Amino acid sequence: MTDAAELRRRTQEFLAANPPASTDRVDFLKARFDAGLAWVHYPQGLGGLGAARALQAVVDAELETAGAPDNDPRRIGIGLGMAAPTILAFGTDEQKRRFLRPLWIGDEVWCQLFSEPGAGSDLAALGTRAVRDEGGTSRSSEAESGGTWVVDGQKVWTSGAHAARWAILIARTDPEVPKHRGITYFVCDMTDPGVEVRPLRQITGEAEFNEVFLTGVRIPDAHRLGEVGDGWKVAQTTLMNERVSIGGSRIPREGGLIAPVAATWRERPELRTHDLHQRLLKLWVEAEVARLTGERLRQQLVAGQPGPEGSGLKLGFARLNQEISGLEVELLGEEGLLYEDWTMRRPEKVDFAGRDAGYRYLRAKGNSIEGGTSEVLLNIVAERVLGLPSEPRTDKDVAWKDLAR
Amino acid sequence: MTDLLYSEEEEALRSAVRGLLADHCDAAAVIARCETDQPHDRELWKALTDGMGLAGLLVPEELGGQGAAHREAAVVLEELGRAVAPVPYLTSAVVATEALLVCDGDAAAELLTALASGRTVGVLAVPLSAAAGQTFTDVREEGGALHGSVTGVADAAAADVLLVPTAAGLFAADVAQDGVTVTAQTSLDPTRPLATVTFDAARARALTSDTDLAVRMGLRAGAGLLASEQLGLAEWCLTETVRHTKERHQFNRPVGSFQALKHRLAQVWLEVVNTRAAARHAADALATGSDEPNLASALAQAYAAPVAVHAAEEALQLHGGIGMTWEHPLHLYLKRAKADSIAFGTAGRHRDELAALLDLQAP
Ligand SMILES: Cc1cc2nc3c(=O)[nH]c(=O)nc-3n(C[C@H](O)[C@H](O)[C@H](O)COP(=O)(O)OP(=O)(O)OC[C@H]3O[C@@H](n4cnc5c(N)ncnc54)[C@H](O)[C@@H]3O)c2cc1C
Repeated sequence: MTDAAELRRRTQEFLAANPPASTDRVDFLKARFDAGLAWVHYPQGLGGLGAARALQAVVDAELETAGAPDNDPRRIGIGLGMAAPTILAFGTDEQKRRFLRPLWIGDEVWCQLFSEPGAGSDLAALGTRAVRDEGGTSRSSEAESGGTWVVDGQKVWTSGAHAARWAILIARTDPEVPKHRGITYFVCDMTDPGVEVRPLRQITGEAEFNEVFLTGVRIPDAHRLGEVGDGWKVAQTTLMNERVSIGGSRIPREGGLIAPVAATWRERPELRTHDLHQRLLKLWVEAEVARLTGERLRQQLVAGQPGPEGSGLKLGFARLNQEISGLEVELLGEEGLLYEDWTMRRPEKVDFAGRDAGYRYLRAKGNSIEGGTSEVLLNIVAERVLGLPSEPRTDKDVAWKDLAR
Repeated sequence: MTDLLYSEEEEALRSAVRGLLADHCDAAAVIARCETDQPHDRELWKALTDGMGLAGLLVPEELGGQGAAHREAAVVLEELGRAVAPVPYLTSAVVATEALLVCDGDAAAELLTALASGRTVGVLAVPLSAAAGQTFTDVREEGGALHGSVTGVADAAAADVLLVPTAAGLFAADVAQDGVTVTAQTSLDPTRPLATVTFDAARARALTSDTDLAVRMGLRAGAGLLASEQLGLAEWCLTETVRHTKERHQFNRPVGSFQALKHRLAQVWLEVVNTRAAARHAADALATGSDEPNLASALAQAYAAPVAVHAAEEALQLHGGIGMTWEHPLHLYLKRAKADSIAFGTAGRHRDELAALLDLQAP
């Protein structure tokens, strides 16, 4: 097992061989991937060294000190956080070799075609259909490797679809069985002529997410992840990784959204009121405690004792981000009444830093909806962590096609 | 960064204490005891101190202690909180001991040895509600004798020695003398009872002239480690309530299957998880002196106090009528949690302290 000292040494050697100042950014990233320093918990040959996940922090710290370029994780977040772990767990060797390197480098951006107009929290109710093309295909290579699927349907709230080269997609392959059983998981080529991406403007004015219309989209069977009809199980891996996005990244004390508020408080005494003071201190305490909880989880992972704490982190941060950003707008008073820019833009990434308080306030509202709503996550904590009984289910044994819609 | 985990030794200590409490501290007995004039459980205290040496965790080995530290004491407090045990551990083995540790001289050293054995109980004679940084002038010293009185002193009824802050310094006064009267007060929390102590020309030994430092260190450790007691308490409330709501049926289903209840319990769980991080952080900072023990203690108390109260209040509500009875132990937890939220300063006071430490000043 690779330990922290060994990783530090490897990183130093790597930096000596690839000095950040004189190496092209993309070449640097490719070399880093090939040296196994991309995500150290991945297997050798796939960007990692099979080390403990939390040890990534050691590598990141060394690289940051050396001024190394990063792969812009905010732009390629869905690929890194969701597609990659799913491909790693369920992909064939061929798929892993094909997809992981360009994904990590940021050459190829990914999006997630899960949610539909009729299937949000109840994701397993989705209706996008994938049907095997029995009539053969013009492209013989496809036929040889197991044929082609034809996909029709509509997805919604798809973040970054406009910038994506690939998508992870779940679609219904058998409407005759109960909803969780007839789903299959695919990698969808966003350049297929049947894929149409339409911007969906959001609360901030810009269009970070999209509607995606799928009409006769052809997906080779070689781009299926997991078994036919087993897509729900594969999707669980994606969703778990989406919700528990704890990694090596450490935030310093007073990092995160509390930072700009505390800075404004110190720099501009004229804005202070007693009410805001009490709320600021309360939120400072909560932000610091949430940070310590994240740190504790990291220490548990390093020590090989993962706990269920991760399930709570997203919930906690969603509420905190919303309260803190709400306070920030009020603290700014007259300035809080202004907004940077309502024009419809198509950002390639979500970044809370470097934006104004109004943007942070509005965008943070999505934190308790995206990646599973807070209500759904509370259900998960109650049932899986506390072991409370689930609510009676009326849809368990009903074929998907017979469900009320 | 501080170490936020539990070591193997700490887990072993926990299970030993938990086992002992399971045998010696059942809820029915605690309820019965708190209506007598002997609210403290002396047998349990003897088992914890004589038997396991726990009173000496913070005392160096050369003074007869264990030379362990706040991390271990915090684990003991988690278990004592989980059992709402009526023993003067926090007051004697933590607050009084910590105050004595910064006093030089033979009198303090002797007293530390005595407290470490557990055969002597020492209590700092300040109100339980007092926070680090306050000064105390209720008692004055004249020619080696003490005069005055202090109210709301926790565990004074169990004390053999009182550590008394005065303008002239910190003094130790034996309770067993004519000049000292300890009068029990009827307390909101009967498991950590309060008393008024009166000094009428009481004989006393000088411990240090730096009263403020000694008292501040004692109360800071009290606040920081109280978070661990609150953690244990909140965990008990959550575990018991989950158990109860899984077993209790209404409307032909366990009440714990109703989402309104599940969400409330999941919320308490989140708060407990956070409290553990805050409490470990404080214990480690106090033990190692790193990462600003003042900040860590104030932070822990500002967070943990409302969580313990919330956990106990939710537990009561979700138990329904049975939670309101004298027979069910829940009331002991609510009373302890609410009293704890005032002990060593309220959350609001700790936030004010943080404001000063962080340069986030009031308008
Ligand atoms: C900014 C943003 C980006 C997103 N990006 C993507 C993306 O890239 N790809 C993608 O596939 N999806 C994406 N989503 C979709 C997101 O996953 C869904 O919005 C989310 O899962 C909720 O589904 P819904 O919007 O249909 O709400 P609904 O499921 O209709 O929920 C409505 C309300 O009912 C509550 N509710 C529903 N079921 C329950 C229940 N069982 N118990 C209690 N309350 C319940 C919800 O909590 C919510 O408050 C994104 C969403 C946002 C806001």
